[in-house]
Amino acid sequence: MTAAREQGAADTLDVSALPTYRFGPGSLMWWGTMGLMLIEGTVFGLGIMMYFYLRGVAPAWPIDAAPPDLLWGSLNTVILLLSAWPNQLAKAAAEREDRSGARLWILVCLAFAVVFLALRALEFTALNISWTANAYGSVIWLLLGLHTTHLITDTVDTGVLAALLFSRRFEGKRFVDVSENALYWYFVIGSWLPMYAVIYLAPRI
Amino acid sequence: MTPDRALREMSDRAGGRDGPRAGQLAVAALRRTWSDPPGFMGMLEAIDHKTIARRFIIATLVFFLLGGLLALLMRVQLARPQAHLVGPEAYNQLFTMHGSTMMFLFAVPVMQAVAAYLVPLMVGARSIAFPRLNAFAYWIFVMGGAFLYLSFALGAGPNVGWFAYVPLSSSDYAPGKGADIWAQMITFTELASLLQAIVLITTILKMRAPGMRLDQMPLFVWATLVTQFMVLFAMPAVMIGSSSLILDRLVGTHFFNPARGGDVLLWQHLFWFFGHPEVYLIFIPPLGFISSIVSTFSRRPIFGYRAMVLALIATAFLAFSLWVHHMFATNLPEIGKSFFTAASLAIAVPSAVQIFCWIATLWNGRLDLKSPLYFVLAFFVILVLGGLTGVMLGSVPLDLQVHDTYFVVAHLHYVLLGGGVFPLFGAFYFWFPKLSGRMLSEAAGKLHFWLFFVGFNLTFFPMHLLGLHGMQRRIWTYPAGLGWDGMNLAATVGAFLIALSALVFILNVVFSLRHGAVARANPWGAGTLEWSMPSPPPPHNFDAIPVVHGADPLWSPPGQPAFVGGLATQAREVLATTAFEARPDSRPLFPSPTAWPFWSAVATTVLFVGSVFSPWAVVWASLPLAVALICWFWPKPRETSRSVALEQRP
Repeated sequence: MTAAREQGAADTLDVSALPTYRFGPGSLMWWGTMGLMLIEGTVFGLGIMMYFYLRGVAPAWPIDAAPPDLLWGSLNTVILLLSAWPNQLAKAAAEREDRSGARLWILVCLAFAVVFLALRALEFTALNISWTANAYGSVIWLLLGLHTTHLITDTVDTGVLAALLFSRRFEGKRFVDVSENALYWYFVIGSWLPMYAVIYLAPRI
Repeated sequence: MTPDRALREMSDRAGGRDGPRAGQLAVAALRRTWSDPPGFMGMLEAIDHKTIARRFIIATLVFFLLGGLLALLMRVQLARPQAHLVGPEAYNQLFTMHGSTMMFLFAVPVMQAVAAYLVPLMVGARSIAFPRLNAFAYWIFVMGGAFLYLSFALGAGPNVGWFAYVPLSSSDYAPGKGADIWAQMITFTELASLLQAIVLITTILKMRAPGMRLDQMPLFVWATLVTQFMVLFAMPAVMIGSSSLILDRLVGTHFFNPARGGDVLLWQHLFWFFGHPEVYLIFIPPLGFISSIVSTFSRRPIFGYRAMVLALIATAFLAFSLWVHHMFATNLPEIGKSFFTAASLAIAVPSAVQIFCWIATLWNGRLDLKSPLYFVLAFFVILVLGGLTGVMLGSVPLDLQVHDTYFVVAHLHYVLLGGGVFPLFGAFYFWFPKLSGRMLSEAAGKLHFWLFFVGFNLTFFPMHLLGLHGMQRRIWTYPAGLGWDGMNLAATVGAFLIALSALVFILNVVFSLRHGAVARANPWGAGTLEWSMPSPPPPHNFDAIPVVHGADPLWSPPGQPAFVGGLATQAREVLATTAFEARPDSRPLFPSPTAWPFWSAVATTVLFVGSVFSPWAVVWASLPLAVALICWFWPKPRETSRSVALEQRP
């Protein structure tokens, strides 16, 4: 009898039939992504606190500038919220291991991201102040810059994942990656809403 | 026959699966599978958590020695009044480099490095989670530290103190590159620290051996888990702070410039919102060392396990409501300061709970007085003294009297060395046999201990009195006749005793590595899993993953089933379990060694260092970084086919 067959013995917990990947909290990467979100959520939170701290010490707010124009930022917010829909479809397709569905919807997500980045470039032109003008200018550039960094990295990340979905070297755990990429995209959307309120609405009240 | 084929044939004969009775061939296959590649390139490709952690520990100890040498230089300068060994500018660089080194390059990272070695062994895992990310964090750390010291050697060292207060650190008052280099060193080390936190949290929550429920984890693992969560919330504050500082200095933002609506106290808030929890990032992991050491050398399980865990968590929460006690000398509202006084006093409560639990453990135990326990007993004395001065400094009127004097220097060294370095040395003596396979000399260990203990108190106790006599910190020299001369000389003599003790330690390590007694698997008769495998551990850590049935598995009666079987021997397959109950959940395949984390770290270094000289570096250097990261993540065909062969859908 070979060693392998003895493993049914009572003193051994046989794990050979367990799945090699899982979705959600069963996946290690899910926990890594959660950790990343906690870190970045803390960074965003601190950025917003810096904003209100500086506002608290300023005699008038915004300092020597008109509030940012609403058009591009608001349009972008709508598009970002709409991107939740292909994102959810990509996630659902991945979780039922539908490769062609995941391919389709991740491409749609990528298209949304590209539009979003283009509009973001216009947003920077509509802030009505430079970062060198004063502390108000510095902090809104910081907030918008922080969020844009996340947009860029997640767009590149989504692009790499899309390429993997089309590649011959495919394995099941890529579906988990698609699902977690969607989760991270939700974080990018969710963290934008308070940012939008702070950058565009707070100077108006 | 290629090594790969030899390996496959070897493990096929063993059935390709591990288990307690899989036999020697399976163990040999596991060893081959989990080994890092040989040679110089192999060194850059290494991802074994033990290899990386060993290098990480050595790197932090080198920085500890460098920081210590700088301190020695300062003590020589202050040994007598009106000395001119170094001038004021050089002295400013000395204390800035000493503080920054000890805090950012030694005390916080060494605790994570030790955890990266021990945690997988303690929880019964074959690897750390995200081993490549772990390697990346290590490379980022050493490159950041090297950057700081290279700049210092080239005469561009920072000179604005380890907390770099604005406006002193703004471009008006600190021209040159020193403060920028300091700020980017922060970015390097905090990035490494944040990544390590993710790695450790995931390892602890997802890779524990079956049966090791959360309430059965060793207390060191609990201490590590709590600390890493603190890292996630504390480090971002200093990163955003140092980034804002460098933006102010390099691209003309005004976060800290009052003339343009900025505020200098904003820096203090950001810094200390990190800086106070940081003290606990240094202090909480040693609480875990102490629990391991006290329990082992008292020969009984720790008294009050649940109270200990709750105390750790309470300490972590309270640590975030103390930061303003560093700012009592500013114009904040008095009512706010009262809150922070109350919180500063309250944190003594969970610390006391733990100290009483250890005393109860020692009281009921049969003591085995070996060097690790000596260092722990010294912890009780020194930390309690440091804690008492902490309670004193927590009250606003007293703080205002001794603010910025040597009283504070004495306090912080009692807390950090008593709470951090003494238990850390205890931990070295305790776990050295596991790391190296050799025992450290007991006699040299005790000599090291007494030199260090006496030297430490001789150095830092007089500083309390010097502070009360009005000697300010950070002065480069002082006039004669103030009554400070004798105590300063005593402190310098003490500093040389500490240096001598460090020399004894180094000689002990060097000698013992060659000639020390060979260590058995469990030389101290301890109860946790890291003592179940040979010393040093094989590349795969465990021949068969244990199933855990109690809090001290090696002291508990064996339960059934005793081991896990059925993981691949020819691929890096690990067992993932559920976060709370540690039920077997999946068997993911881990990545193989690669040099891409190293190259990604090089690209990151180019970006960070470049940004000190030109803001555009952030743009152009992000391209090689993106390429390196994509190459890191892009799967090799061989890996994919191996993964597909083992694949089992959920």
